[in-house]
Amino acid sequence: MLDIGLGHYLSVAAILFAIGMAGIFLNRKNVIVILMSIELMLLAVNINLVAFSQFLGDLTGQVFAFMVLTVAAAEAAIGLAILVAFFRNRGDIAVDEANVMKN
Amino acid sequence: MTFAAFAFYLFAFAAVASGLMVVASKNPVHSVLFLISAFIAAAGLFVLMGAEYLAMVLVVVYVGAVAVLFLFVVMMLDVDFVEMKQGFLQYLPIGGAIAAIVVFELIMVVAVWAFPSDAEFARAHPSPTAMETVTDPNGPNNIEALGLILYTDYVHYFQIAGMILLIAMIGAILLTFRTREGIKKQDPAKQVGRKREEGYELVDIKPGQGLS
Repeated sequence: MLDIGLGHYLSVAAILFAIGMAGIFLNRKNVIVILMSIELMLLAVNINLVAFSQFLGDLTGQVFAFMVLTVAAAEAAIGLAILVAFFRNRGDIAVDEANVMKN
Repeated sequence: MTFAAFAFYLFAFAAVASGLMVVASKNPVHSVLFLISAFIAAAGLFVLMGAEYLAMVLVVVYVGAVAVLFLFVVMMLDVDFVEMKQGFLQYLPIGGAIAAIVVFELIMVVAVWAFPSDAEFARAHPSPTAMETVTDPNGPNNIEALGLILYTDYVHYFQIAGMILLIAMIGAILLTFRTREGIKKQDPAKQVGRKREEGYELVDIKPGQGLS
């Protein structure tokens, strides 16, 4: 209990990942919260990568955490840009009625 | 309780509680603020794991850029967020069940963990730079060790990351760019191309008459 090891960090990451996943289900109408939930899931992945990097004494995991960080930042920027463009065209951000491409 | 364990439980609890509040909060502005809190707690966990540079990058990039971007968009969009919260309770059973199953599965993975033999070998023989960061106080610290491999072994990944950021930037600008009609705007070409003759006019004023 007091000896903090790999399993502790993996458990925290697992719980965070599950919270992010539940957030996508619970906030189906709100794209912004869905994007934030995706950020939480990517954070959990980063915690896993860094925990294994430290456990195995290999810095490669931290380099890959960088790549995940980069992609997460790019994804947030693009996602929010799409959201702003969508809001300008439709006046709301209801995802369950997002069928512009279909019609 | 040792200090490291206390710090771990503090940061872990803060991260999980903030994550829960991101999902459950009614107001998206509060969600963004709890997201910032979750990132700071995760940065604390990274420091505990010895990844100081990643922790600082997490604070700078996420708290400084991404979270502020979220905050900006949340405040810019004029949307009734309370109405969007409808259906939260409706989806709570299935969302909660899926989350519980995922947590159970992932923690089962942790519980019954077994490393292959080469992983034990890797643990016993860590890469020199990483080892020195942990044991030798005079060796390279975390950021130096990362730089030693990031710009040599992983230079292609580094450049691909740069390209991803460039493309994301171009894409974001392109998606939100619009030319607005009917606003007053400077036209530098027109200003520079102005002739002397267009700039003034000579008027012969007769005595006793004003300039009408």
